[in-house]
Amino acid sequence: MARREILRAHPWPVRLAHWATVLAVGIMLASGWRIYDAAPFYAWWHFPPQFTLGGWLAGALMWHFAAMWLLVGSGLVYVGYNILSGRFVRQFWPLSVGGLLRDVGDVLRLRLGHADLNRYNTIQKLMYLGVVAALVVIVASGLVVWKPVQFPFLRMVMGDYGGARQVHFWAMAAIVAFVLVHVVMVVLVPNSLRTMTNVGVKK
Amino acid sequence: MKKPPPLKIDGASEREIAREVVTVLPELTRRDFLKGLVTLGGLSLATGVVLSNGAAVEKMLRAISRWNDGAQGALFDPKKLAQTYPESMMTRPFPFNAFYGIEDVPVVDGKDWKLELGGLVKDRKAWDLPSLRALPQEEQVTRLVCVEGWSAIGKWGGIPLGDFLRRIGADTTAKYVGFGCFDGYRSSIDMASALHPQTILALTYDGKPLPPREGFPLRLRIPTKLGFKNPKHIASLYVTNSYPGGYWEDQGYNWFSGL
Ligand code: HEM
Repeated sequence: MARREILRAHPWPVRLAHWATVLAVGIMLASGWRIYDAAPFYAWWHFPPQFTLGGWLAGALMWHFAAMWLLVGSGLVYVGYNILSGRFVRQFWPLSVGGLLRDVGDVLRLRLGHADLNRYNTIQKLMYLGVVAALVVIVASGLVVWKPVQFPFLRMVMGDYGGARQVHFWAMAAIVAFVLVHVVMVVLVPNSLRTMTNVGVKK
Repeated sequence: MKKPPPLKIDGASEREIAREVVTVLPELTRRDFLKGLVTLGGLSLATGVVLSNGAAVEKMLRAISRWNDGAQGALFDPKKLAQTYPESMMTRPFPFNAFYGIEDVPVVDGKDWKLELGGLVKDRKAWDLPSLRALPQEEQVTRLVCVEGWSAIGKWGGIPLGDFLRRIGADTTAKYVGFGCFDGYRSSIDMASALHPQTILALTYDGKPLPPREGFPLRLRIPTKLGFKNPKHIASLYVTNSYPGGYWEDQGYNWFSGL
C-alpha cells in the first residue's frame, strides 16, 4: 500500500519548462547528430543514421533551427522563474563540500536517502546546476557556429569557428551523459515523476 | 445538453472523492514506470515516423525556416566585419566543393564571356572581363564556412559588389540580388548583405585569375554567408523584389544562411 511521502509538485513554470526542454533537447540531439555526420571532425566518430532526425542535411538543419527557439524559450522561462521567485537559492543552496562528501559516502554504501523528494541532495544539486551550465554553453557555442560574424566576442572566447564546433560537441556529450544518469535515477525513484508532472501529489 | 447534478457518495462531493483517490494511489512501481516509458517511446517513435514523412511537417519546417530568414535579417549588422586572417593561415590545397564532381567543372571561354545584367538596373550593358578587371579591386583573406560544417581560409580579390551595383544604377532599395551560373546553379542574397563592404564579385583566387575549379571567370565571395551562397561561374546578375530562391534553397536549405 501507499508509502505516505510528502510529495509536492514543482511549480508549474518549472514543470512546463522541464518538459519543453526535454522535447527541444531530443530534437536538437537527433538533428544535431545528422548535421555532425555531414562533416565529422573526429575521424573516429560518427552517429548511426537511424538515431538521427531530418533524413538529410537540409531536413536536419530545419529541425535544429526550429527547435532552438523552443530550447531558448524554455530556458528563459526556467532560469527567469527560478531567479525571480528565489527558488534557485531555496532549492540549490547551500552547496558544500561536506555535503557532497556525505552524499558520495552514502552512494558508496548504497543508502543515499530520499526522505523528502522535494529537497535535493548535494549530488542532485550539482547535476542539475551542471546540466543548466552545459545548456548555457551549448547555446553560446551554437550561436558562434551559427553566426560567427555577428558574435565576435563569443567567437574569440570559443577559439574561433573551429573551436566553437568542438565546444558544441562536448557540451552535447555532457548533456547526453546527464540524461542517461538522470533517467536511471528516475527509474530508481519513480515517485519523483509525480513532482515533475503534478500527478498524484499533495495539492 | 443539461449538466448532470454533482455526484454525491455518502455525502462526499466529487472533489473530496478525487482527493481521496489521489491519496490512496499506490506508489508508482518500477514496472509501471517502465511500461509508461515503453509506451512513450513507442508513441514518440510513431510520431517521429509520421513527422519525418509528413508533408504537413515539411510545410511547418519550411515556414519556420522562412521566419528564420527574417530573424537573421534582423540580426545582421551591416557594419560587422567577418574575421580576416594572415595569408600564412590559408588552407592549402583549398577544398573543392560543388553539386557535381571536380571532373565536371565547366570550362568557360573568357574571351567570349560577358556578365549579363537584368532586373531593376538602369544600365544593363553586359560587362566583359577586361572592363571588369579595369575597375578598382580589393583583396581579402577570409574563412569560407560550408553548410556541412567544415571551413577553409582563402584569399579572393575583385570588385566590391556594392560599388558595382551603384555603378550600374541598380535600385539598392530593392530586396534581392540574384545570380545565374554556367553550370545551371542559381542563388540569391538580400540587398543589405549585397552592400556589405566585404561582399565582392571575385575575379582572382590567391592573386591569380580564378582557376576553373574556383569558378572562372567570376564568382561571388560573401564572407557573411555560408559557402553555397557564393555562386561560381556567374553568367548573369539581376536585381529584383520577388523572392528568387536558388538551387539548394528551393530544396530546403535556409535561404538567408547568414554568418
Ligand atoms: C532531455 C534532457 C533533460 C534535461 C536537460 C533535464 C533537466 C532537469 C533539471 C535541470 C531538473 C531539476 C529541475 C528543478 O528542480 O529546477 C530535472 C528534474 C527532473 N527531471 Fe529532468 N531533464 C531531462 C530529461 C528528463 C527525462 C527524459 C525525464 C523522465 C524520464 C526527466 C524527469 C525528471 C524528473 C522526474 C525530475 C524531478 C527529479 C527530482 O526530484 O530529482 N527528465 N530535470
